[in-house]
Amino acid sequence: MLAWAMAAGLIKPSQALALEWNKAAFETKSVPDTLKALGASGSTESGGVQITAPDIAENGAVVPISVESALAKTQAIAILIEKNPNTLSADFDIPAGTDPFISTRVKMAETSNIYALVLADGKYFHAVKEIKVTIGGCGG
Amino acid sequence: MRTSGMTPRRKALIAGALAASLSVAAAAQDDTQKEIERYRQLLAEGNPADLWEARGEVLWKARRGPKNASLERCDLGLGPGVVKGAFAQMPRYFADTDRVQDLESRIVTCMVSVQGFSPEEAMKNPFSAPERPSDMEALASYVAGASRGMKLAAPLSHPKEIEAFRIGEQLFHRRAGPYDFACVSCHGENGKRIRRQDLPKLDDPKDAQKIFTTWPAYRVSQGTVRTMQHRLYDCYWQMRHPQLDYVSEASIDLMVYMAKYANGGTINAPGLKR
Amino acid sequence: MADPMRIRAAMDRGKVDIKVLMAHEMETGQRKDAQGKIVPAHFIRNVTVTHAGRTVLAAQWGTSVSRNPFLHFRFSGGKPGEKVSITWLDNKGETRTDEATISG
Repeated sequence: MLAWAMAAGLIKPSQALALEWNKAAFETKSVPDTLKALGASGSTESGGVQITAPDIAENGAVVPISVESALAKTQAIAILIEKNPNTLSADFDIPAGTDPFISTRVKMAETSNIYALVLADGKYFHAVKEIKVTIGGCGG
Repeated sequence: MRTSGMTPRRKALIAGALAASLSVAAAAQDDTQKEIERYRQLLAEGNPADLWEARGEVLWKARRGPKNASLERCDLGLGPGVVKGAFAQMPRYFADTDRVQDLESRIVTCMVSVQGFSPEEAMKNPFSAPERPSDMEALASYVAGASRGMKLAAPLSHPKEIEAFRIGEQLFHRRAGPYDFACVSCHGENGKRIRRQDLPKLDDPKDAQKIFTTWPAYRVSQGTVRTMQHRLYDCYWQMRHPQLDYVSEASIDLMVYMAKYANGGTINAPGLKR
Repeated sequence: MADPMRIRAAMDRGKVDIKVLMAHEMETGQRKDAQGKIVPAHFIRNVTVTHAGRTVLAAQWGTSVSRNPFLHFRFSGGKPGEKVSITWLDNKGETRTDEATISG
């Protein structure tokens, strides 16, 4: 709605953005703190949350991560990187009609656990995967 | 009385244990290598170099320079304006400049002759820095991408092409600098690596055909597309040789040498690399 | 103005499959420049994807999404020929909207 209005010149970019950005959540520095900021402290580990990512990332600047949820009524997917300076990487709202699937690339400061957090039917679930970040050679 | 504690049987046992541990280590390395392959595969969909290719096309078609002309009249070797397939036949001899040229030097030639830029202007910013994107990286991505899927067929028949090959061969093997390195020090044997980076043997078609043809490439460690000129410049820096000047004869001679072994490989540029 | 996004919107097994590459430096605010000064954070905070007036994806991002971000997701209810619009908004208030037509 906002994008259309902006493109049509009806709203200037500076006016348009009452888009929410969860500052508090993006500044947390541990998984428990991030979960707390997202209201997800009671999250339980679930096999219904699938993380697809390499075990080893050749370069921590670009780590491909896909998250797919098999849980009914998935409403949101978030990616947390435990050892990053700020834990929360991305938070996706999944409206009805959109597949509970996200694929993107994130920065990892060092070898760390990645948490995929899913909000489904009002409850939080997660999966964890460790990804090793290597030092590389000369980049051929 | 035994003078040494090493019976044949003990030797055999130790050799066996060594072999077993080496093969475990090798297997572990193989697993690591497999995972890194998987990392690369997962990155392959959605190469940021696409963005450079798109920008390159815009730059190619834009009227620029003192002559306010677009590069669409540039002759990359297949006639003015023909972009598709041109990169697959580079480096090569060009009659109008009477020398062997690579992709980047040819783009510079066109920026000068078609658009009226001075050579200094055209070569002002070949390698981008975070706040200073390079037009050349975008232009090279666009032209290279227009040969995607074609087989590299750099010619080696004109006397100057042959001369370039011979000089390139000398440069490839000539050890120099404080490390006494030559290209061949890293790229002269099969199966070598530096830390986790595999090193192709660049005069072996098996390796060359797969590697040479993936430049220019988006390098994730650099956050930008890097060209073959940058790759060679960087190699010279890593060897602690004197600076390899941008689009110098030496750089092109090296490319002619490598292209001979890479010919027949399928162009997959702009590629994606660490 | 930022460079255009590269968007691929294609039908895949009855759903609209979107792959998008955005041109953005996604500066974390932790890097130092050659003079030793911190390069300020400059990153996409919000991504909104709409189709037929509906939001089909809304994302909030931090600085640890990679430079030149790539995003892939799928939604139902789209048909070839229809348009998908993607907008990003960054922490400096800069924004960019690009459209793609769903291919068959």
